[in-house]
Amino acid sequence: MSPAARVALVVLVLGLAAALGSVWRSRNGRLRPVAPAVLAAAGADPAHDETATARLSPDDLGAALGTRATFLQLSSEVCTPCRRTHAVLSAVAAERHDVSHVDLDVAEHLDLVRRFDVMRTPTILLLDGSGAVVGRMSGATDRRQALDALDAACPA
Amino acid sequence: MSSSPHARSSAPPVASSTAPGAGRSTPHHVTGPDLPAGASRGIDPRGPRVAAGVTAALAVVGLLLGTGPGALVVLAVVAGSFVLGVVRGVAGTWQGWLFRRFVRPRLAPPDELEDPRPPRFAQIVGLVISGLGLGLGLLGVGPAIPAGAALVLVASFLNAAFGLCLGCELYLVGVRLRAARALA
Repeated sequence: MSPAARVALVVLVLGLAAALGSVWRSRNGRLRPVAPAVLAAAGADPAHDETATARLSPDDLGAALGTRATFLQLSSEVCTPCRRTHAVLSAVAAERHDVSHVDLDVAEHLDLVRRFDVMRTPTILLLDGSGAVVGRMSGATDRRQALDALDAACPA
Repeated sequence: MSSSPHARSSAPPVASSTAPGAGRSTPHHVTGPDLPAGASRGIDPRGPRVAAGVTAALAVVGLLLGTGPGALVVLAVVAGSFVLGVVRGVAGTWQGWLFRRFVRPRLAPPDELEDPRPPRFAQIVGLVISGLGLGLGLLGVGPAIPAGAALVLVASFLNAAFGLCLGCELYLVGVRLRAARALA
């Protein structure tokens, strides 16, 4: 390979990495609907539940639900943004009597990981007052994104 | 609330964080007792990113050297650094030393300290990539050398420039693969 080709290769690899990084960063903390296939696999039953959604109970969480919303955060130990996101969400919950935040370790909750097809940490499932999963976010989530998600998915 | 030993529930409406057991049981983001011996209470989060930048620069040099013995030597240095990083943590690598010696004195103290385990996980990933490239290169598979250098470059650049946390993206994939194997 000629020297010029090697330089071109370096530029190409760096450009690819920068594009990957931008996509990665723009996905972080963005509220997304839960895919219908995931909801169906997670136990939603349109025949009995016309809203066709997956519901989590306080037993699943090991904690009570917030009456308006619950941020169910799934974290791993090898994850620095999980810690920052934990601080953001616990502050949001602490300021509101009707919002709660539960942070679970994925290694101890593989059932939830499989049920909701969780691929990265942190992943946050947003539950409404009845425990229905109304949206999800993943990656580092800041305060603005958490509040926007709350207003969009669980209006007060 | 939060009676489960697994729940790290934070200040839900009724039970505050003063509730017995709340938020105390799995302190893996804080300095837990399960930290490896000798690990510091937390590391400056900018250290691993600067170290990744140094590694990225080294990977660029490796790529520019193509498939020759020079490129092989560079990849061996990269792999050797990752061995240090896996065994001693990022702070124990020569890149970590460069950060402490030349960069940190010029920076304000960090806002928060970081658990050393996530960056260490990234070192393991780097070691696997560079080790594969180095091993195949030594066996005579020339293209494996620039391929290994390119993958190391992508990962370390993403870490340095975007703060991408490899552990966050790959840990669950690994756990799920292991679980799937155990079932099979």
